[in-house]
Amino acid sequence: MAGKPKLYYFNGRGKMESVRWLLAAAGVEYEEEFLETREQYEKLLQGGSLMFQQVPMVEIDGMKMVQTRAILSYIAAKYNLYGKDLKERALIDMYVGGTDDLMGFILFFPFLSAEDKEKQLAVIVQKATSRYFPAYEKVLKDHGQSFLVGNNFSWADVHLLEAILMVEEKKSDVLSGFPQLEAFKTRISSIPTIKKFLEPGSQRKPVPDDKYVETVRRVLRMYYNLKPN
Amino acid sequence: MSGKPKLHYFNGRGRMEPIRWLLAAAGVEFEECFMEAKDDLIKLQKDGSLLFQQVPMVEIDGMKMVQTRAILNYIAGKYNLYGKDLKERALIDMYVEAMMDLNELLLSYPFQPADKKEQHFANTVDKATNRYFPVFEKVLKDHGQDFLVGNQFSRADVQLLEILLMAEECKPDILARFPVLQRFKAKISNVPTIKKFLQPGSQRKPPQEEKDVPKVLKIFY
Repeated sequence: MAGKPKLYYFNGRGKMESVRWLLAAAGVEYEEEFLETREQYEKLLQGGSLMFQQVPMVEIDGMKMVQTRAILSYIAAKYNLYGKDLKERALIDMYVGGTDDLMGFILFFPFLSAEDKEKQLAVIVQKATSRYFPAYEKVLKDHGQSFLVGNNFSWADVHLLEAILMVEEKKSDVLSGFPQLEAFKTRISSIPTIKKFLEPGSQRKPVPDDKYVETVRRVLRMYYNLKPN
Repeated sequence: MSGKPKLHYFNGRGRMEPIRWLLAAAGVEFEECFMEAKDDLIKLQKDGSLLFQQVPMVEIDGMKMVQTRAILNYIAGKYNLYGKDLKERALIDMYVEAMMDLNELLLSYPFQPADKKEQHFANTVDKATNRYFPVFEKVLKDHGQDFLVGNQFSRADVQLLEILLMAEECKPDILARFPVLQRFKAKISNVPTIKKFLQPGSQRKPPQEEKDVPKVLKIFY
């Protein structure tokens, strides 16, 4: 067995996608076990592998880590993507909190009814363009540096790129009016590890489809009747 | 102007309460600026104090920090309540994230519409007693130590106590099946800074009363 981290999740984005991004950005190879059946999930539960009965779960460094935020913080710190001191970490945590909230509006999108999807799309675009993008645009404009925090590539940059691309998938011209973010997107996308992750054949997952929604519902027996937040 | 952290929120628990607990546990004095009406929130938004237009916001060490997790992480890191290494931090983070999930259920209960309240309550009790409490009961039982992680007082202990007390407010006998958690509750309540915070007159906020819910909602919506 390799020492590579192993990700347990569905074959789709969900909450695991940010973990895939961060590991890829750090240049860390990882394996994935995809949940397809209820039986697989129950086996994990019965084996005591899921501390709070939930996925994501990542086997890493002898731990079976759960809770997406905990996993991301661990990876960020281990691979020096978490700033150089407490204050930089504070900034990174604030920025990542924002992009997490923004991506949270998109997370449940595939599970909504067609009518609710339309409403939620408007919410996503409104939040992105009036609350979140302006904040990051200002941060980059004010310090004029290439990266969000401490003039150094960090978890915050990876997370923001992920969020930007996700919103663009919903509205392709959403970055118009945000020149700093446009330049940021180009710059971070061309970092070698990120560039590789953005190429076809990488472990990056596509936009969730109905098959993904079916799988999640079947395996977890949940999320049948989701309403927009 | 003091050097004390300054908390900006409404005069109630909400998402600021874990921050009050952690500062108190660390023995750090803090000031509070309470929003009473929507105008108070708008003022903060307009003067650029709120990175994402939201509270909680805590002025601390020259920063205007937002995002509850970021604030808690900073306080825990600064006051040595975050474990001694990466692996202890990983455990603390796992536990604390789960507690935050349960905290969401508890804090949102008073704000549920009338027809959803019963189901929400049942779900909260179910998650507390079948998903979360058994884990912490087992962690403490297995290592037999007083504290959740690394045989040392940490933010995980503070947050667990907060959650246990809130759950008991919700259902007084909720810890009936969890003798180790009951002992933990007694022990951590006796840590001097915590004991002080649990006394009347501290900055701990009371449970959210139904009659005040409309006022709170008016600030944000």
